[in-house]
Amino acid sequence: MQKMRVRNHQVVLNRSVGGDAGIAFFLIIMGVFMFLPMYYVIIQSLKPLDELWMFPPRFYVQHPTGKNFGDLFTLLSDSWVPFSRYIFNTVFITAMGTFGNLLFSSLAAYAISKIPFPGRKGCFWIIQKSLMFTSTVTAIANFLTLSTLGLMDNLFALIIPAWGSSMGLYLMKQFMDSSISDDVLESARLDGCSEFRTFWVIAMPMVKPAWLTLIIYSFQGLWNTGSSQYIFSEQLKTLNYAISQITAGGIARAGASAAATVIMMIVPILVFVISQSNIIETMASSGMKD
Amino acid sequence: MDDRKDLNEQEAVEVKEDLQVNSVVDENQEVTENNTEAVNDSEAEKPSKPKKKKAVARKDMTWGQWTWHEMKRNKIAYLMIAPFMFVFILFTVFPVVLSLVLSFTNFNMLEMNWDMFIGIGNYTRLFFEDDIFLLACKNTLVFAMITGPVSYILSFLVAWFINELSPRLRAIVTLVFYAPSISGSVYLIWATLFSDDAYGWVNGVLLDLGLIDSAILWFHDENYAMTLCIVVALWMSLGTAFLSFIAGLQTINKSLFEAAAVDGIKNRWQELWFITLPMMKPQLMFGAVMAITGSFGFGGVVTALCGFPSVNYSCHTIMHCLEDYGSQRWEVGYASAIAFVLFMIMIGANTLVNKMLSKVGQ
Repeated sequence: MQKMRVRNHQVVLNRSVGGDAGIAFFLIIMGVFMFLPMYYVIIQSLKPLDELWMFPPRFYVQHPTGKNFGDLFTLLSDSWVPFSRYIFNTVFITAMGTFGNLLFSSLAAYAISKIPFPGRKGCFWIIQKSLMFTSTVTAIANFLTLSTLGLMDNLFALIIPAWGSSMGLYLMKQFMDSSISDDVLESARLDGCSEFRTFWVIAMPMVKPAWLTLIIYSFQGLWNTGSSQYIFSEQLKTLNYAISQITAGGIARAGASAAATVIMMIVPILVFVISQSNIIETMASSGMKD
Repeated sequence: MDDRKDLNEQEAVEVKEDLQVNSVVDENQEVTENNTEAVNDSEAEKPSKPKKKKAVARKDMTWGQWTWHEMKRNKIAYLMIAPFMFVFILFTVFPVVLSLVLSFTNFNMLEMNWDMFIGIGNYTRLFFEDDIFLLACKNTLVFAMITGPVSYILSFLVAWFINELSPRLRAIVTLVFYAPSISGSVYLIWATLFSDDAYGWVNGVLLDLGLIDSAILWFHDENYAMTLCIVVALWMSLGTAFLSFIAGLQTINKSLFEAAAVDGIKNRWQELWFITLPMMKPQLMFGAVMAITGSFGFGGVVTALCGFPSVNYSCHTIMHCLEDYGSQRWEVGYASAIAFVLFMIMIGANTLVNKMLSKVGQ
């Protein structure tokens, strides 16, 4: 047996200095690779027009300006459909979709996790497998379904499919498995608590991190909804679509488009920063056992 | 009857009378009555003795009876999963089935032709006549085989490396690595960095240094487009799986590592193989699914960067074929065949990965 090191009565894990340095080096290189494009977006949004088209392009800004953001709002307020309408659409889709998804998913997750009904294994199996079905695979059939249901050109064409998204349910169910003990629920049931009441009063408060995570996933998905083949009317388009139109505006709008990108990216990032610890807590139980 | 009684006494004491009534009723139903009446019967029975749950021994029933009994006992559960399952099946499961069915037809949304069964015609057309589809298959495989495994390993390595940092620092590093995957259309900055003219940062630097004498078209040059798309894909790929790995690593009991150090684990790589990876297996499985989804769901980003179709189909993937036939030419039958092939590839990839993961730590 090799010699082991002990410091303050604790075993010190075997770590080589070279290994630590290598890891630090790798992390720094990767970190720079990840961060530079984000940094460049922010820098671009602060550059005045003459610096945007300077040769060679610079990775820093000499005279930072907020003019691009001002331009963006001028452009947006000039648009044919009032800009507030795009904001309303996105907020409406995000709120309705997230709320429905949270309600449906947590009800179903509770049943699958805590009630031993026949068929629960099958239900969960298919949900677990469905995490793989990307929207590309289901797009055509969903188009047919939604047009049969008469939901074309209706915001609900974007909202209703979000209610059945399996990611949230999966995380919620796994979290319930590991964080709610059956004894607590059993004693509630013995006290005459109905299943719905047990769910709402006892189970739900115990899985707060999971529903926060679900909200954030749903939020990220819906917030970034861009142009969609289900929506034709200009009044029903989303914020992301409106902004992508500005981005498509070419050279003259390069500044405004960078400003728009910054605004669109800041919201999900802020949401993540605020909720990071909850998300990590939920993810701890995300593993698959089969 | 006597036999029954003996059985019951062996089984459990408190069951007794209730059970006898029950099993007799159930047996009678088996012989004489059909299921619907069985429901009525037992519901009619309920009010007479509402004080306690019916205790029933599993042994006394056939599998079918037991299942039916359990279903009745837990019927509230079906109410609870109903709303979700309805939407889920309608928009996630049904589409796959519908794709399979439609893939045997030549249904076309523009012609709305209803006399359309053509057997495996679509599939033979896909694999023997459609050169672009075959090219797309090749591109998809190259793309997925690089981005999938690399992003998976990258997610794990980074998560593992930052595991021993202090919590505050770890939170910041997590944000830096995770941010690109959640910030929507920020990846378009790559089109600015690698833009076709001299104002793109990369072209600008290369021109300035005199390494090239005219701007490279990057995303619109078939020599570079695919590679660049893969780089962007990797840049955006530290997503859900990454978070899952970070969280999973945090939950491993630290004393395991100490015990291992005592037992003669020499370095962090041995620690990784013998302790960390086996402990992380559930997260690794989950991460694999996420990596597969990610590497096959990347069509939109490629379209945004390279245009649709990309130059000389250099970045044309199965997702693009699908979009082409599905939402531009409206050849729904043919597109469904493509969707189903894509679906099968994903299932196959997942099976393969699971097989490989089962070897971890052995």
